[in-house]
Amino acid sequence: MNRLNAQPHSAQAAAETPASRALAITFAALLGVFVIGGVGFSHIAAAHNAAHDIRHVNAFPCH
Amino acid sequence: MSLFRTILLVALVAGIATGVASAAVHLVTTVPLILKAETFEGGEAAADTHAHAAGEAHDHEAGAPAHDHGDGDEWAPADGFERNAFTVVASILTAFGFGLLLVAATELKGGLSSWREGILWGLAGFAVFTLAPGLGLPPELPAMPAADLMARQLWWIGTAVATAAGLALLVFGRSPLFAALGAGAILLPHLVGAPQPVSHDSPIPESLHHSFVVASVAVSFLFWVLLGGLSGWLRPRLGARAG
Repeated sequence: MNRLNAQPHSAQAAAETPASRALAITFAALLGVFVIGGVGFSHIAAAHNAAHDIRHVNAFPCH
Repeated sequence: MSLFRTILLVALVAGIATGVASAAVHLVTTVPLILKAETFEGGEAAADTHAHAAGEAHDHEAGAPAHDHGDGDEWAPADGFERNAFTVVASILTAFGFGLLLVAATELKGGLSSWREGILWGLAGFAVFTLAPGLGLPPELPAMPAADLMARQLWWIGTAVATAAGLALLVFGRSPLFAALGAGAILLPHLVGAPQPVSHDSPIPESLHHSFVVASVAVSFLFWVLLGGLSGWLRPRLGARAG
C-alpha cells in the first residue's frame, strides 16, 4: 500500500520545486479572486444585472 | 507551470458541473422566490419587462432592468430565457472561481487524494463563504433594506478571510494556542458586527424571506459538497500530487 502510493508521487513531485508550486497556487488563487470579484462584487451595472439572481442566492452583498 | 494547469483543469471541470447542477436547482427553488419578491417593489419597471417577455425576444433595448437600482436605464437581461441563461453562466463562473480558491488551498497541503477528502474541504468552503458571512448578512431578497453596499462587501470579505484563517489555525495549528487564536479569528467578525440598515422595515413578507434564506443556504450546501467532492475525485486523475 505504502510502497505503491509513495513511489510514483514522490518521483513526479520532484519535477516541481516548492517555489514553482507556490507560484502556481498563488496565480490560481488570484484568478479565483478575480472571477468571484467579477461575478459577485463588481459595481459595473451590466455585471450586476447579468449575475443578479446568482448574487442574491449566494448572499453576495447586493444593491 | 504544470501544477497551475492541473488546478485550472480541476476547477474548470468541477466548476462547470457544479455550476450547471446548482443553477438547475436554483431555477426551481430560489429564483421563483426572487421573482415573487420583485412584485413587491416599484411597479412600472416590472410591468414593462413582462410585456417584453411576451414580445420579440431579441430586442435588448426594450428589456427593462429587472428592478430599479436608482438609475434605471442600464442594460439588464430580459426576463425569462435570457435572464435564466445569464443565471446559469454566472453560476458556472461562481463555481469555477470558488473551485480555483478551493483547489489552490488544498494544494498547500499537497493536493486532494479522494472525493471524501474533497467533501471535507467543501464543507470548509461552505462555512467560510456561506455560513460565516450569512450569519451577519443573511441572503436578501430584492426590495429589502440594507446598509451601505461598500461597507457590507468589506465585512463579507473580511469575514470570509478571518473564517478561513481561523479554520486553518484550528485544523492545522499544532498547539492549543493556535486553536484559541483560530477560534478568536472566527468569532471576531461577529463581535465587530455586520453593517445593518437604519430600519429593518421591509415590504417583503417575513415568511417569503425565511423560505428564501433556508432555500439559499440549502442549495449552497449542495453546491459546496458537489464542488469539493468532484474536485477531490478529479484531482488524482488529472495530475501528480505532491504527496
